Amino acid sequence: MLLYIIKRILYAIPILIGVNLITFILFFMVNSPNDMARSQLGAKQITPQMIEAWKESKGYNKPLFLNNKSKGISKITDTLFFQESLKLFTFNFGYSDNNRDIKEDIKERMYPSLAIALPTFIIGLVTNISLALIIILFRGTILDTTTMVVAVIIMSISGLFYIIAGQVLFSKMWHLVPISGYQSGFGAIKFVILPIIIGVFSGIGSSVRWYRSIFLEEINRDYIRTARAKGLSETSVLFKHLLPNGMLPILTGVVVIIPTLFMGSLIMESFFGIPGLGSYTIDAIKAQDFAIVKAMVFLGSFLYIVGLILTDISYTIFDPRIKLG
Amino acid sequence: MNITLLWTDIMVWLLLFSIIVWGYIVSRSPRVREQWRSIFKSKIALSSAIILLFYLSFALIDSIHFRVENQHRVVSLLDIAFEHRVKNRERTYSAPFATHEYSKDITIINGETKQIYRDLKYVHSGNIVIDTIKSILIGVAISLFLIWLHIRYRKKRGKDSIIPWSSGYITLTTLIVLFSWLYIMSFSYHVLGTDKVGGDVLYATLKSIRTGVLIGVLTTLVMLPISIALGVSAGFFRGWIDDIIQYIYTTLNSIPSVLLISATVLIVQVLLDNHPDWFNSTLERSDLRLLFLVVILGVTSWTGLCRLLRAETLKISQIDFVKASKAFGVTNFNIIRKHIIPNLMHIILISVVLDFSGLVLAEAVLSYVGVGVDPTMYSWGNMINQARLEMAREPMVWWSLFSSFIFMSILVLSANLFSDRIQVVLDPRNEV
Repeated sequence: MLLYIIKRILYAIPILIGVNLITFILFFMVNSPNDMARSQLGAKQITPQMIEAWKESKGYNKPLFLNNKSKGISKITDTLFFQESLKLFTFNFGYSDNNRDIKEDIKERMYPSLAIALPTFIIGLVTNISLALIIILFRGTILDTTTMVVAVIIMSISGLFYIIAGQVLFSKMWHLVPISGYQSGFGAIKFVILPIIIGVFSGIGSSVRWYRSIFLEEINRDYIRTARAKGLSETSVLFKHLLPNGMLPILTGVVVIIPTLFMGSLIMESFFGIPGLGSYTIDAIKAQDFAIVKAMVFLGSFLYIVGLILTDISYTIFDPRIKLG
Repeated sequence: MNITLLWTDIMVWLLLFSIIVWGYIVSRSPRVREQWRSIFKSKIALSSAIILLFYLSFALIDSIHFRVENQHRVVSLLDIAFEHRVKNRERTYSAPFATHEYSKDITIINGETKQIYRDLKYVHSGNIVIDTIKSILIGVAISLFLIWLHIRYRKKRGKDSIIPWSSGYITLTTLIVLFSWLYIMSFSYHVLGTDKVGGDVLYATLKSIRTGVLIGVLTTLVMLPISIALGVSAGFFRGWIDDIIQYIYTTLNSIPSVLLISATVLIVQVLLDNHPDWFNSTLERSDLRLLFLVVILGVTSWTGLCRLLRAETLKISQIDFVKASKAFGVTNFNIIRKHIIPNLMHIILISVVLDFSGLVLAEAVLSYVGVGVDPTMYSWGNMINQARLEMAREPMVWWSLFSSFIFMSILVLSANLFSDRIQVVLDPRNEV
C-alpha cells in the first residue's frame, strides 16, 4: 500500500514537469519576452532599450533552456525555464504585475473560495444522491420519465442563466440577499448562500442522470435479487444494499474533484464579487497578468494530481476487491 | 459582388462535404441503416434532428460570404436577407415591438426642454394581425411544399417506413412558420428589441447561431483525428507508445481546462496584435480568432475521447477475430481500418454529439471570461456578457438575455435529446 502510494507520487513528478514545460512553451516561447514587453509597455514608440529594461526588471533576459555564458551547474539553473518554471515546485510563485506576493494572495483568497465550493459540493452530492435514489424507487413510472426530461432541460440551460436569474429574483426583486460582495466571519453567510443554491441547482441535471444510471446498473445485479428474495422491503433493499454498492463508483468519481475545490469557481465568484481564487484567476486573465495565470495553472494541475492519487487510494479503502501492489 | 470564403467557411463546407461522403459510404451497410432507422423511430429524436438541421442551415447560409465592391466589407447571405435591420440602427435600447425608445431623453420642443420617450426611427407600425396571418400562410405554404416533395420521394422509394414522419412534419412546420413570422415582422418592428447601440437583437441572435454551431462542429473536426489516432494506437500497440500517449493526456488533463484555454487564447491575442498583416478587415480578424479558438478547444479537449477509445481498443484487440487477422498476416493498418475503427464508431458518435452541446455552452462562459470569440463577433456569449452589465437598470433590459438564452437552450436541448437516443440505440450494453 505504502509502496503503491510512493510509486504514484513519483509518477506525479514527470507529469508536473510536463505541465511546467507546456506552460513555459506557451508563455515564453510562442509568446517571446519581446512580444510581452511590447504589449505590456503599450507605448507608440518602443525602443529596443525599453524592451531590454523591461525584460531586465522582470528577469526575462536570460536564455530559455541553456545558458552558455555561465559555468558549471548554473549553466542550467541560470536560465528562464529553471528560474520561472521549475521554482514553482517550491510553491514560490513570485510577484504579480502590481508587485504583490502571489503566494500570500492565494493563501488569503483560498477561504472565500472554499466557503462556496465546499458547501456546494457537499449539499450537491447529498441532494443528487437522494434524488437519484427516489427516482430509482419510482423507476419506470411517469415520475421517472418526467424527472429525466426535467434533468435534460436543466442540463441544457447555460449556467450563466441560473446565476443571472437567481440574482434578479432573490436580490433584485425579493431583496432577500445582497446582490454581490463578501465579508469574512459569519457575515459571509448572506453572501454565499445564493451562489451555493445556484451551484447545487445547476449541477442537478447531469449528476442525477449519472447517478441514476449507476444505480440502475446495480439494481439488476444478483445480490439485489437475493435481497428481494429474502423478503426485504424495497426501501431496505435500496438503502442497505443498493446505496453502499452504488456509492463506490460515485465516491471514486468525485474524489478527484475535492482538492480542486480550492481553486474556486471562476464564473460564480466573479458574478457575486467573492474575493476568492476563481475571481483572482479571472481578473488575472482579463489583465493579462501572466505570472498569476502561470501560478494558478501550476496550482490547479498540482491539486488535480493530488486528486488522482486520492482516487486511487480511495479505491483501496472502499473497495475490498481491489488490491494494489 | 464576388464570393469570398473565410477560413471558417472553408472548414464548414469541407466538414459538410466529408459528412455527406461518410454518410454515403456507411449507408451502404444494411446494419448501419437499420441502426439509424431505429434512432429515428423515436419522435423526440426525429424532432430534435430537424431542429438541429434548422440551426445548421442558418449556420450554412451565414457561411457564404461576399465582398462588397468598392467597400471594405464582407457580408454573408444572412446579412443580405436582413439588410433592412443591418443598415438601420436605432440609437439605443428598445423593448421588443416597441415604438419608442427604452429611456427618456432630453429634447427641445418649441423652445421648452422636455423629457420624452423618443420615437424609434425604423419602426413602421404595421398591422400586426394582418402580418401574422400573412406570415402563417406563407410559412404553411413553404412547409407544405417541402412535405409534399418528401412524401413524393417516399412514394417513389415505395417502402413503408417505421419512422414517425408526421411528428417530423409538425416540427418542421412549426419552425418554418415561427421563422417566417419573425422575418416578416422584422420589416416593421424590432421583434426582439434593440441592444445598447441600437442593433437589432433578432439579427444578432440569428448571427450568433453560426458562431455557436461552428464552435461545436469545427472543434470536433480538430479533435477527432487526434483522439482517434492517439487512442487507437495506444490501445492497439501498447508498450511504450501507450505509456507516452497516457503521459501526454494525463498531463494535458491535469491543467484546468479553462486556464489552459485562456492562457492559449491570451497568447493568440498577443500574436494577432503583433501581426496585423494577417487579415485585412475586422471580420477577417475575428474569423481568424474564431479559427484559433476552435483549434485551441480541439487541442485541449481530445483527452476524454482518447481515453475512452484507448480502453475500447484494448478490449477489442483481445477478441479472437483481431487475433485471427494478425495470425493471417493482415497488416496493422488494415486491422485498425477494417476491424477496430468500425467497432469504435458508436463511442465516437455519442461523444461527438455530447461534446457539441458542451461546447455551445462553453462558448458563453469563455466569452464571459474574455477569452472566447472576438468581442466584435456576434455570439450568444457576447450578447449575455453585454446584457449582464445592464442588469442594474430599472426596468430591466431583459430581451437580449432572453433571446440568447432561448436560442442557445433550444439548440443544446435538441443536441442532448438526440445524443440520448443515439446512446440508447448504439451502446451495445443497452441491447440486453
